[in-house]
Amino acid sequence: MKKKRAVPSKVYMAVVFIFMYAPIVLLMIFSFNNSKSRSVWRGFTLKWYRSLIHNDTIIHALEVTLAVSILAALIATILGTSAALGIFAMRRRPRQITMNANNIPMMNPDIILGVSLMLMFIFMARTMHLQIFRLGFLTLLIAHITFNTPYVILSVMPRLRQMDQKQYEAARDLGATNMQAFRLVVLPQIKSGIVTGLILSFTMSIDDVVVSYFTSGPTTETLGVIIFGMTRKRISPEINALCTIMFVVVLLLLLLINYRELKVNEEEAQE
Amino acid sequence: MKKIIYAASCLLLIAAMLICASSCGTKSNDVINVFNWGEYIDSSLIPEFEKETGIHVNYSTAPTCEEMYAKIRNGGVNYDIVVPSDYMVSRMIEEGMLEKIDFDNVPNFKYVDESFRNPEYDPENEYSVPYQWGTVGVVYNKDIVDENESDIGSWDLLWNQKYSKQILMFDNSRDAIGIALKKMGKSYNVTSEDDIRAAAQLLIDEKPLVQAYVQDQIFDKIEGEEAAIAPCYAGDYFLMCEELGEGSEEKLGFFTPEEGSNLYVDAMCIPAGSQNKEGAEKFINFICDPKNMAVNTEYIYYSTAESAARDLLPDGMKHSSVMYPSGNELNQFETFTNLPVNCRRLYDKLWIKIMSA
Amino acid sequence: MKTTKAAAYPYVLWLILFTAIPMLIVFYYAFTNEAGSFTLMNFKDMADYSIVFFNSFRLAIISTLICLVLGYPMAYAMSKLGRRGRTAAMIMIMVPMWMNFLLRTYAWLTILENNGLLNAFLSAVHMPELHIINTPAAVGIGMVYNYLPFMILPIYNSLEAIDNSLIEAARDMGCSSSQVFTKVVLPLSIPGTVSGIIMVFIPAVSTFVISKILGGGASILIGDLIEMQFLGGTYDANMGAAISLVMMVIITLFTMITNKIDKDNDEGSVLMS
Repeated sequence: MKKKRAVPSKVYMAVVFIFMYAPIVLLMIFSFNNSKSRSVWRGFTLKWYRSLIHNDTIIHALEVTLAVSILAALIATILGTSAALGIFAMRRRPRQITMNANNIPMMNPDIILGVSLMLMFIFMARTMHLQIFRLGFLTLLIAHITFNTPYVILSVMPRLRQMDQKQYEAARDLGATNMQAFRLVVLPQIKSGIVTGLILSFTMSIDDVVVSYFTSGPTTETLGVIIFGMTRKRISPEINALCTIMFVVVLLLLLLINYRELKVNEEEAQE
Repeated sequence: MKKIIYAASCLLLIAAMLICASSCGTKSNDVINVFNWGEYIDSSLIPEFEKETGIHVNYSTAPTCEEMYAKIRNGGVNYDIVVPSDYMVSRMIEEGMLEKIDFDNVPNFKYVDESFRNPEYDPENEYSVPYQWGTVGVVYNKDIVDENESDIGSWDLLWNQKYSKQILMFDNSRDAIGIALKKMGKSYNVTSEDDIRAAAQLLIDEKPLVQAYVQDQIFDKIEGEEAAIAPCYAGDYFLMCEELGEGSEEKLGFFTPEEGSNLYVDAMCIPAGSQNKEGAEKFINFICDPKNMAVNTEYIYYSTAESAARDLLPDGMKHSSVMYPSGNELNQFETFTNLPVNCRRLYDKLWIKIMSA
Repeated sequence: MKTTKAAAYPYVLWLILFTAIPMLIVFYYAFTNEAGSFTLMNFKDMADYSIVFFNSFRLAIISTLICLVLGYPMAYAMSKLGRRGRTAAMIMIMVPMWMNFLLRTYAWLTILENNGLLNAFLSAVHMPELHIINTPAAVGIGMVYNYLPFMILPIYNSLEAIDNSLIEAARDMGCSSSQVFTKVVLPLSIPGTVSGIIMVFIPAVSTFVISKILGGGASILIGDLIEMQFLGGTYDANMGAAISLVMMVIITLFTMITNKIDKDNDEGSVLMS
């Protein structure tokens, strides 16, 4: 009886996966198409990849994207980990308040986050004459940290909850300073959560379009913003090539996260 | 292990900051931010300008005049050069959004033809220097549109039921409502609320026939035969023909509607708050050099306001009556003027109404 | 544990500076006019745009329902797999989810175009061509495609967490398969389903990128409306802020009502169940 039911459900899963992957695969195939056509195959070429590499705008956007993603992920990880530790130490009521506040940047649609930050930056730059808040790299970075940090907190919190608190207390009793106890006892136990948060932040930043669209300046447009602009102009197979590269990068990152989690899970299972 | 991670993250941080520093730059004398339309400059000119002056150019684009305005109006960004159309120039002057250009730094202004100086949109010619000008017409695919179609030659073609979903329309209120006004036989610059509303209604009536509201995508969609009929800048028509290659004029038709059409001038201006006005003036001067102007005009396929540059163009372009209408031909064209604020509000509202209809 | 609460203060400050204050500025803009004086006109004028709100909600609700109908069986099928199969399926669901959504949307542009792959395929098998691009249907397809993983994953998580002994107990007590499903599995999967609905509905109702790329600018949504007021063709930051505010209120209400269905909603579980 079990077998009978398994067949249709496997077929259904296959259909859903085809639905999910076919467009991406087609897109990638056509990045090697020797024609501007998006539906007729005219032979294999790498020319779109070549012209992509020689496109200064895209290379610059790639630099900006990488810079902002790396910085935002690092800062968000530090900020978020420390916040998670602090929140964990709070009593129930303030903890709930902070966690709910932490939900705001996540529950708010991207567009609201982007627009509200943009309005604030403009307000700062115009009314308060703080030139550093002119839309540019700094504003972009702040925006990315803002939407990344909640995810870091949510990856670290469960690890803190799972942690054996007695070990920490024992370390303190045995004369370790707060810092030592943290470094030697707490950190190893929450490390996997921190790394997951870091990689998660990085992928979120690489992926973002909407928030960057509102908070980047003329010289700091990210890849996402550039691609969005390109889809509103002439569409060139260069976009396919760019998408293919981004897909491969994200895929690798994702495999990395999952490989790590698998390993962690297995280790836990062994214990 | 931890030390390695620490060192690596420090290195990454420093690297990222360096990239940041190089990309945002200290807004000094060596960078200008140019904000232009898509597909609107010969890209070889930028490195040449950089080489000649040592000023780095950050070039960004917007699809429509209104979007360009919004970005500047919104503030928070510094541009040094913008290229709004005529009516938008006067609106921006009126709203104090432009700096006066120091024409001592733009000696090449002398090449600009007399007829393009002191235009209506900038009567004292203090804020703007013409970049390119041109006219609006309709492009259609002859394979799909019947050659004997009576609507050819009129804006009515954009309302022809037969070509439902093959029609494109401009994605900005001024151009789109303007076309409807012309179809009604009105001026582009009427301020009567009834007329403007009637024009918007025409666009709502047209909407079921329209495949998409687009600007720069017109190229892609007409060339790729995604759509058959579109309003289009005359220069863009020639550019499309060139890209399609031999025999493309057999395939793509173009006309200036008999009801009249738009003649526009896009002008280089310096927005208020520019951090490098001198660099911006150098850029304007560089573009006004007839040699560069000719290169640019040949690439964009629009029309230049400098006779000296026009002389350098290939014969086909130089003598094209579509690109350089003269005498009587000029009478069918009308320019946009800046509308009073209540009309602009009405345009915005009606535009959203059209878009959401 | 005595890690100090102070470790959270930098982030609390960050939240105040870059979440709370921006929200207050949105409020300020929404209730003022260009000259900066108090007004309610922005909200009054918004009545003209009610059709956009209606269209957005209709499309977002339809897309969410389609995601639910497609996603629930998928999650259920996944939860019935063996350990390794489940992990593999999870990864396969997550890959597109973390991939740039622009890219996914753009892929559909090349498929749905008049001369796109779908029509190339249809004409190859002598079927009539379809004109989907630049219609609300195209935007809907884009939404379903983009947000389906957001529906599948939380449902799957809640299904997977169901204790198998509960199901066995129900069977032992004489429940049929369908009874086991309706009495045990379905109620226990409600928290995940609620999360899924929220996670699909919110981005669907606020998108402007998908509608710009697949909708041809012809069927604008609330997101487009907001974008148009700030960076688009009809600049009016005050109106834009007012629309954003209304959208925020609606989304908060929606989340609260939906969460009511799922009472034992713990801190933060809404998104990361």
